Amino acid sequence: MRTAVIAEKVGMMGLFQENGDQIPVTVLKVDSTVVDTRTKEKDGYTAVQIGYKTAKEKHLAKPQKGHFAKLKQEPKRVLKEFRVSEDCLVPAGSVIGANHFVVGQLVDVTGVSLGKGFAGVMKRYHFHGDNATHGASRTHRSGGSTGNREWPGRVFKNRPMPGQLGNKQTTIQNLKVVAIDEARNLVMVQGAVPGYDEGMVIIQDAKKRSKQQVGPVPAGLKVVEAPKAETTEVKEAPATTEVKE
Amino acid sequence: MTKKIIQDLKAEQIAKLDKKIPDFKAGDTLRVLCRIVEEKNTRNQAYEGVCIARHNDGAASTFTVRKISFGEGVERVFPLYSPNIVEIKVVRRGQVKRSKLYYLRQLFGKKARIAEEKDSEVKA
Repeated sequence: MRTAVIAEKVGMMGLFQENGDQIPVTVLKVDSTVVDTRTKEKDGYTAVQIGYKTAKEKHLAKPQKGHFAKLKQEPKRVLKEFRVSEDCLVPAGSVIGANHFVVGQLVDVTGVSLGKGFAGVMKRYHFHGDNATHGASRTHRSGGSTGNREWPGRVFKNRPMPGQLGNKQTTIQNLKVVAIDEARNLVMVQGAVPGYDEGMVIIQDAKKRSKQQVGPVPAGLKVVEAPKAETTEVKEAPATTEVKE
Repeated sequence: MTKKIIQDLKAEQIAKLDKKIPDFKAGDTLRVLCRIVEEKNTRNQAYEGVCIARHNDGAASTFTVRKISFGEGVERVFPLYSPNIVEIKVVRRGQVKRSKLYYLRQLFGKKARIAEEKDSEVKA
């Protein structure tokens, strides 16, 4: 299992294909540096800690300053840990680029969806609401009945009701990678991605299509220093047992 | 900064498609050669009519061409930069006072005519 990467959502645009189709794509700017690693010997599991966007010293708390100082890494605004299989472990300090992904592969993109505030059931769960006429009075957008009578005498759990809509972590699965721009570190995926422009998203190999997965192992590194794996389109070795999702 | 990237990408796409687009505006009569892919062969189909609107949006720009086909008004919206648009030819320059000629939809026959622009260079 390869590491996921953190990226910034740049925005959406249309892209003409050879056959004349114009497809909607979301442009994502990969910004991921491996800050720390977890190894089997030391921690009992393998993972990489990835930092996103450079942080100013004054924005860091003392424990964070200590963490970066100890690892001799540039301070980062966001730190996330991703489980990887042992063969996909990347040394600290390496920068993961857009070449981590391959054109045509499928990815899952996780972000925080646009917040819609406190929404009624028509907007939130696509209820039909009540009549507009026929004597309906002040209940046009209401949810109607929420249950039965003496039995069961309560409202069942998970009953759809009004409440907060959006502003919640959301994953869109199996988005196709349409284009990659290594120079600018951009990945273009077909379709929409949760969240607003300039928001942070996480891109990972499609979880449900892992067997067809291709992509550089251990990771697509930007700086050519660690294991050079830019053009090796190795079929990913199935990450066996020890790492659980 | 992120907006800049999108702008650059759009501009690059237009440059990459490298389309030769003649100077035309609403009111002009156009002949659009459109690539059509059938099961086996690919051919070009011409569509001629009056351009009634242009919608400018970078690589996603479109233009609308209206014609009367067998007594029925037909409008087609073409993506300006689409690889399927083989050629756009200006047949006749029209003189109009609007950028969107949606009023033509209500008119037919002699009323739907558009005056030819004086001292226009294109003569079909």
